[in-house]
Amino acid sequence: MQLTQFNLSWTQRRKLTGLLFVTPTVVFVTVFFIIPLIMTIYMSFHDWPLFGERAFTGLENYQELGKDRQYLKSLDFTFRYTALVTPPIFILGFILASLVRHNIRYIGIFRTIFFLPVVIGLGVSSLLWVWMLDDRIGVFNKILLDLNLAPKAQLFLGRPNTAMNVIILSVVWKTVGFTMILLLAGLQAIPDELYESAEVDGAGYFRKLLYITLPLMRRFIALALILSVIGSVLSFDQFYIMTRGGPRNSTISIVFWIFNNSFTYFKMGYGAAMSIVLLGILVALTGLQLYVLREKE
Amino acid sequence: MNAPAFDASADRSQQEIRRMRQRALLWLRYLALVILALLFLFPIAWSFINSIKTPAEALAVPPTYLPSEISLANYEELTTYGKIGIAQHVYNSTVVALITVAGSVILSTLGGYGFARFDFPAKDVLFIMVLSTLMIPFQSILIPLFVMIVQVDLHDTLFGLALVYITFQLPFGIFLMRNSFLAVPHEIEESALLDGCSSLSILYRLMLRLVLPGIVTVAIYAFINSWNEFLAALIFMSDQDKFTLPVFLTTIRYGIWGDVNWGALQAGVIVSIIPSLAIFLALQRYYMDGLMGGAVKN
Repeated sequence: MQLTQFNLSWTQRRKLTGLLFVTPTVVFVTVFFIIPLIMTIYMSFHDWPLFGERAFTGLENYQELGKDRQYLKSLDFTFRYTALVTPPIFILGFILASLVRHNIRYIGIFRTIFFLPVVIGLGVSSLLWVWMLDDRIGVFNKILLDLNLAPKAQLFLGRPNTAMNVIILSVVWKTVGFTMILLLAGLQAIPDELYESAEVDGAGYFRKLLYITLPLMRRFIALALILSVIGSVLSFDQFYIMTRGGPRNSTISIVFWIFNNSFTYFKMGYGAAMSIVLLGILVALTGLQLYVLREKE
Repeated sequence: MNAPAFDASADRSQQEIRRMRQRALLWLRYLALVILALLFLFPIAWSFINSIKTPAEALAVPPTYLPSEISLANYEELTTYGKIGIAQHVYNSTVVALITVAGSVILSTLGGYGFARFDFPAKDVLFIMVLSTLMIPFQSILIPLFVMIVQVDLHDTLFGLALVYITFQLPFGIFLMRNSFLAVPHEIEESALLDGCSSLSILYRLMLRLVLPGIVTVAIYAFINSWNEFLAALIFMSDQDKFTLPVFLTTIRYGIWGDVNWGALQAGVIVSIIPSLAIFLALQRYYMDGLMGGAVKN
């Protein structure tokens, strides 16, 4: 009797202790994540200036989205940017991963160098690139002019098309190392024997790539692609810093437009409605990620 | 390949050809690697080279390739830039990063231990709730976060910004620390438990040492992410005294203090790159562990 009573209280104490250990985390997640999430939904149904009267407006914010030409332009721009930046990141990431795959001498140094830009902030890397791309004191124009590759200095960030291209270049530099590491993990998980027996059968590089490499690392490929797509859909820093949304508002991403509405015009209810749409897009992408990466039993 | 190799010497020469081809391929691989490595290093090197030109040369049109004179004047200009000077902003970024590191490590260690070693009601629900934070990026809940932070007067405080950063380190940290604790064999705690040690002292005296690699990984990510973060820092800080380093550097780029001082900007870029790079280079193994544990296994 004595013993069971002791046991019971001991397990109960363990339960309480466990709960206490996770309480700080649960409080943080509740206060800074769950509540804001619910509040975003709530705010999206209101006219919500930073100061002054708030008013319930029902679906008005959402209806306004359809009429907001800059919002539609930003959606279009963000998807176009995502579609254009993902392939070069993936292809160069794959080339780099293939180049650093084998543990030949000094390979660690090369892996580190390709990965270095990943640990630099995107904001800071944008500050570095906007200066390199400047028409007057930028190094790219200096090289182009010195090699006679251009008749005069190029305003890379001054025209919508070239602005998109050079921003993509800077983002590829900044993020490709991450994709490289993911794909490297995928490549290294493939046993060498598979390649050896394929070689015995006379398979060349492209057959091996098509029938062994790509199928066997498809989960890593899917992960690399989806993480890169999510990052691109959420992009802000590079546009805010490098083009300030220009030229002629052509590089305003979704997050940038939410930022402008919420923190420049202080139309926070409207910003919240746009955030809900963004959230929907991201939940769909993450759902896709979980579906692709599910364990096949 | 199909030719029958009866002749031993022909076989040997074929082997030799294959070996030479492999050698050539290896050299080609190194050549490609070196060229790519130089291209990848170029922006950082170029920024550094320009930061040590004299301020006049750093602003020269067209730019010079190599400094005609080495000077630290760009760094000196930063110390008084925008009246406040860079030291205050380095301090701001450091304080935010350190609070984020401390908070993330403490909460992730406690929470990871709780989720790994204890049974309690609603444990699975709570664990999923914490991890679900991964699905929803903070960009989409910044507006209410801002409203809340303003409401409790924590806007324009380094502490308020760090609280937000800690929250978004938690899912990764909890996931990683829970796995670290799960990897420790049960037997190690059992005798201590029978001796009547309290759970907290077991964690502190026994377990902490064993999960140290996990703690280092959580700390590195907390530091680098908070040091580099831009959007939340831009929104939550309106008082110039409280700007973190990236936000301060953006004010230089936007020419808020007059003409854009590109030399000083590059000196600032170097100052803000150094801590992340140093930590990454020194603790690369832990960083990569986190990348694999966080990205691939979940």
